[in-house]
Amino acid sequence: MADLWLQFLLTIDASLRVATPLILCAMAGIFSEKSGVIDISLEGKMLMSAFAAAAVAAMTSSALAGLMVAIGVSMLLGLLHGLASITLRGNQVISGLAINILASGLTVTIGIAMFRQGGQTPNLARAERFRPIELPLAEQLGSLPLIGPIYREVISGHNILVWVALTAVLFTAFILTRTRFGLRLRAVGEKPEALDSAGVSVARTRYLALIIAGVLCGMAGAYLSTAHGSGFVREMTAGKGYIALAAMIFGKWQPRGALLACLLFGFLEAVASRMQGVDVPLIGEAPVDLILALPYLLTVILLAGFVGKAMPPRAIGEPYVKER
Amino acid sequence: MANGDPTPPLAIELSAINKSFGGVHANKDVNLKVVSGHIHGIIGENGAGKSTLVSILYGFYAADSGLISINGQTTTVRHSADAIGWGIGMVHQHFMLVPNFTVLENVMLGHEGSLSVEAGAQKARSTLNKLSEDFGLAVDPDMIVENLPVGLQQRVEILKALFRGAEILILDEPTGVLTPQETEQLFEILRALREQGVTILLITHKLKEIMAITDDVSVMRDGEMVAHIETARTSPAELAELMVGRKVLLEVDHTLAKPGVPVLQAQNLCLTTANGIDQLTDISLTLREGEIVGIAGVSGNGQSELLDVLSGITAPTGGSFRVGISEITAQQPSDPAQLRSLGVAHVPEDRHKCGIVLPFSAAESMILGYSSGDKKNGGWWLSPSELETNCADRMQDFDIRPPLPKLASANFSGGNQQKIVLAREISTQPKLLLVGQPTRGVDIGAIEFIHKQLIALRNKGCAILLVSVELDEIMSLSDRILVMNNGQMVGELARDEADEQRLGLMMAGIGADDGVTALQMGAKS
Repeated sequence: MADLWLQFLLTIDASLRVATPLILCAMAGIFSEKSGVIDISLEGKMLMSAFAAAAVAAMTSSALAGLMVAIGVSMLLGLLHGLASITLRGNQVISGLAINILASGLTVTIGIAMFRQGGQTPNLARAERFRPIELPLAEQLGSLPLIGPIYREVISGHNILVWVALTAVLFTAFILTRTRFGLRLRAVGEKPEALDSAGVSVARTRYLALIIAGVLCGMAGAYLSTAHGSGFVREMTAGKGYIALAAMIFGKWQPRGALLACLLFGFLEAVASRMQGVDVPLIGEAPVDLILALPYLLTVILLAGFVGKAMPPRAIGEPYVKER
Repeated sequence: MANGDPTPPLAIELSAINKSFGGVHANKDVNLKVVSGHIHGIIGENGAGKSTLVSILYGFYAADSGLISINGQTTTVRHSADAIGWGIGMVHQHFMLVPNFTVLENVMLGHEGSLSVEAGAQKARSTLNKLSEDFGLAVDPDMIVENLPVGLQQRVEILKALFRGAEILILDEPTGVLTPQETEQLFEILRALREQGVTILLITHKLKEIMAITDDVSVMRDGEMVAHIETARTSPAELAELMVGRKVLLEVDHTLAKPGVPVLQAQNLCLTTANGIDQLTDISLTLREGEIVGIAGVSGNGQSELLDVLSGITAPTGGSFRVGISEITAQQPSDPAQLRSLGVAHVPEDRHKCGIVLPFSAAESMILGYSSGDKKNGGWWLSPSELETNCADRMQDFDIRPPLPKLASANFSGGNQQKIVLAREISTQPKLLLVGQPTRGVDIGAIEFIHKQLIALRNKGCAILLVSVELDEIMSLSDRILVMNNGQMVGELARDEADEQRLGLMMAGIGADDGVTALQMGAKS
């Protein structure tokens, strides 16, 4: 019994680790899309910043420096997306797609040029990565029955970025509902002309949203290569940006809903890796391939709009043009 | 310069404003003086440049040249924020409200007062309550805007402007979406605002409104200001003449109808959407040869859906209608082509969406829907020369300008586009004509022409079902008037029974009997 409980807690713990980049990206998506800009470039921004973080960490031996540069790179990509879709009024999906393709190619090209390891970055040493933070008394309290393991396994032992991701959810919710900027952000995604006629710049508000989204994506990328992993591997995001996008839509563009959806995706992935080779009664060996495919299948289903009736921001995807 | 003569203080003075969009000179050397504390009307046909002018004043566009003075100070208005800073507020024709926000959030937007919304909200709430009391503009601040009726949404727009400290209020075509009662309430509000010293600039194309409420009126035509008159010293006829540049017949020459046999009989027509929303409920009506039946109603109360059903675009979900010997039901739906072959022609409400194809040449737009007919209208092989000759003939009959069959449909003015649609539909000599908003966005000259055509068609024995949001149009053309509200027929009035008051109440969904009480309640709210 205690063993099963521990197994369960370890799965939850793993879910949280896997969900962290999804959560950060989903919050980024909420900022972009609430402002009325479709953001499929979450994937590309995350990939590019994963590379930047690992490369800089490898060169400077500082995970923090890697994180900062990752955030900067991702913000720049956000501004590029803004330039194409806000200022030049291009198609937002195409602009996002272009960024994803750019990131996919550029990371490998620069990677090979810099490190000559087939597009990978050198393996990062412990000191060059974000390390787990063991909370005080983890071992002592961990021996308490039932509750103890929760503290030791699930709550303690995460790196700082996991905590940042969870804080980002509260931050997003707070900004959206309690601040002036949040009010304007929600307005600009629903009815930009209302904001314009109120004397507030539509473009400025949208750019700000994309910059914040860039910061969050940058952290997600840095997490992948310098916290969860220990170096950059080509295409290491493996569609996580799209999964985050799906989670955000599943969560109806709300921070709480998106968080729950991300945790669900994380849980599925964690279960999949724990089920490898495990004999399940009646079924036999667990169909790991199927379980591994689940998050992606779920993403396709969600993005195709099969689940529920989500209400996207009304002005999403439309460049703002003054007309009269 | 402005203060040279001992005139009353001016709230707004525009001098020699010019603005071009591409090749279109929307404002040509426009001058305007608005006396402080007056209600000043600007009237003109659609496309005369009224909206452009006020957009320049509100900072939506920059003028190519010209001077703007506000309260005697020459200034530049580059953004809406500048205009708001100068105490100018604007109520747009299409409301600038975020539909899923509360009234309070909409009012605060852009003027939240502090970084935290909550701190600002408290202050805003008390300011809003005070404004509501001072001006008699009661609205619940916590209602979601999209759940409010249009009249109240407009009230929120006015409150929004006042909240931002507007002393000059611009209203752009404010009555287009209102019932006559709501319009009267709006005018009450405007009078109350004038009492409090607010200057009001009212943009409209309706003569009656200018006469009813303004102190002064300026007339625009083709981007130019053609007259400034004190309202008390002018007449609707004079204004109309100024707007159009020639004498216009305001009354249609309407003779008594001689209805013949029924052409269209609808029985308990129903239309329910996939989500279970009832758009039409038990609509029954009969249309006879040689009569015009008007359908009055505030837009969005099922008129459009009724036209769609009767023209075969949508199948009814219940009930039936009979055209000639064919019966159309939910089980046996029809389509526009089949109905057309039964002699049903349709002038759709939105000509850009359903009436013409903008990039097509006029000759091509002229055969839409009829292209499977004879050689003149298309057939298997299109003969451009035939089509163009045919189009040119119709252009002459319907006075479509410029008479160029090869010109893209998009390059005709609204009135001429409408005439293209009308020419196409009438030329087939239909037994039944369904007409939606025949004169929306059409200038007065063309309105007159279209009205005459409809009456002539009726006199030849065609049955006409007319849907329009313009009550004047309904009242001057119809032999009988049906009123729709919320997808239902509220009632029927004969031509001589109909007046605005009765129609307005019925449009609001109130039967004629309990109308008086409703009026009193309306005055209170």
